[in-house]
Amino acid sequence: MSEMDARASGAAPVLRNVLVGMLVVIAVVLQLSVAPAFAIRDITPDLALLVVVAVALTRGGQAGLVTGFAAGVLLDLAPPADHTAGRWALSLLIVGYVASRVRESSNTHNGPGRPNALTVMATVAACSFIGVSIFAVSGLILGEAPLTLLPTVLISVGYDLLLAPLVIPMLLWLIGKGDF
Amino acid sequence: MSLLSPRPSERLRKGMEQRKGPKSMVRRPRERLNRRGSLETSSGGSGPKRSWLIVLILCCATLATLDQTPVLEPARTAVGEVLSPLETGAAMVARPFTGIPEWFDTRDDLRERLAELEAENSTLRRQVEVTDYGRAKLAEYESITRAAEDLGYALVPARVTAFGPAQTFNRTVTIDAGSAAGIRSDMSVVTGDGLAGRVLRVTKTSATVLLIVDAASVVGGRVGGADTGGKKSGQVGMVRGSGVVAGRSDAGLLTLDLIDQSAAPLKGDTVVTWGDGRAAPYVSGLPIGEVTDTFASVRDSSRTVRIKPYVDFGSLDVVGVVVPNDTLSDRAVVTPEGELR
Repeated sequence: MSEMDARASGAAPVLRNVLVGMLVVIAVVLQLSVAPAFAIRDITPDLALLVVVAVALTRGGQAGLVTGFAAGVLLDLAPPADHTAGRWALSLLIVGYVASRVRESSNTHNGPGRPNALTVMATVAACSFIGVSIFAVSGLILGEAPLTLLPTVLISVGYDLLLAPLVIPMLLWLIGKGDF
Repeated sequence: MSLLSPRPSERLRKGMEQRKGPKSMVRRPRERLNRRGSLETSSGGSGPKRSWLIVLILCCATLATLDQTPVLEPARTAVGEVLSPLETGAAMVARPFTGIPEWFDTRDDLRERLAELEAENSTLRRQVEVTDYGRAKLAEYESITRAAEDLGYALVPARVTAFGPAQTFNRTVTIDAGSAAGIRSDMSVVTGDGLAGRVLRVTKTSATVLLIVDAASVVGGRVGGADTGGKKSGQVGMVRGSGVVAGRSDAGLLTLDLIDQSAAPLKGDTVVTWGDGRAAPYVSGLPIGEVTDTFASVRDSSRTVRIKPYVDFGSLDVVGVVVPNDTLSDRAVVTPEGELR
């Protein structure tokens, strides 16, 4: 699918996919190793989620879905994780879907091109809330999460929003670089 | 129609054209599919497709289901093998930056932390100072627990609080458990090593124990092992205390007067109590000590056996009082299974 997309946009598909894959791996590694040092009340920023949002906003469609799913599976299986696999995969999959829909409607209303800053920030907020909530609620359903979810989710969303202006433009630029 | 064409080569060419026709048709739907993926936008981007979403959600559900079994462990291990070095490397590279949040600590924070650490330090130091005593105490309690298991009797643990003075010629001690702990008079008192004595009298919170080294103490004793004459083991006699804990050559030793005068137990044989297991004063099977030597008295033609008790009466600390299994006690009772009740 991404090959077809790539052929449509005329870029080397392999390079682009490798770039996205590398971004996902780097985000997951940083989120697991470096981000805990900057934790606020033990809540770390969701770098992988930001990457998924950026990919979905730039490329949309299945790229967002697959990137979200892949990043989620990686987070589910990477070493410190001990929760039921598939929880982050589901969360980031939905995040990718929502961000893709945002890009799509932004394109229909404002024409092609990058979504404006306000849209990006709103998307990050919504996606962060949705992603962390799905992860937390799925944990609740599987009996793996504590009952006080809301403060954690809110702090997490706030942290992601704080980080978004620093990270998202860079990501959009990088992924755009891969496009052309 | 092409079949009606006269020349075979022409027919062939037409067939090839026909075959080529569908090929180009295939390509067109692919492009249309591509455009349909973009959901009516002409921008070239493609919106998410519902089928992909559903498939991937089902993948998530499958993953979660698979994770209930150990199927995913190899995958976890593989991802860990790959990502762990990356994580270590990233953490190492980022170490100069991960200290940044500490720069924003205020002096008050640091001072508070210093006070906390000092308090913790003094607590730990105090713990270290008493740790040897605590460890010895723990060992004593553990030996009592083990004794309860070995002997098969329920024990009430107690600590020796007072020693009777030697000038009274009574070898008695006071323990800190009394009738409230379920202790009655004539119950046996043991340590982790063996029999120590029996309870003389009880108050609500304390009890007086007559040690077996007291001159007035008499305990039924049975020798384990065969004797020199090849006789069967289990010779029965009375174990008496010498009344002397220190000073004389027979200090702390017990004497055993065997009922069968001709029996001569071997050095190193174990002497245990005999009784019926329930009745006071002494329950059966408690180790008392081991035979050190045997000598015959010509005058009254009896044979005396010296016994070295297993218990060190100079340093009694934690003892256990043998109680019936269903005793109600205000403290924990060590059951024969070695558990606290």
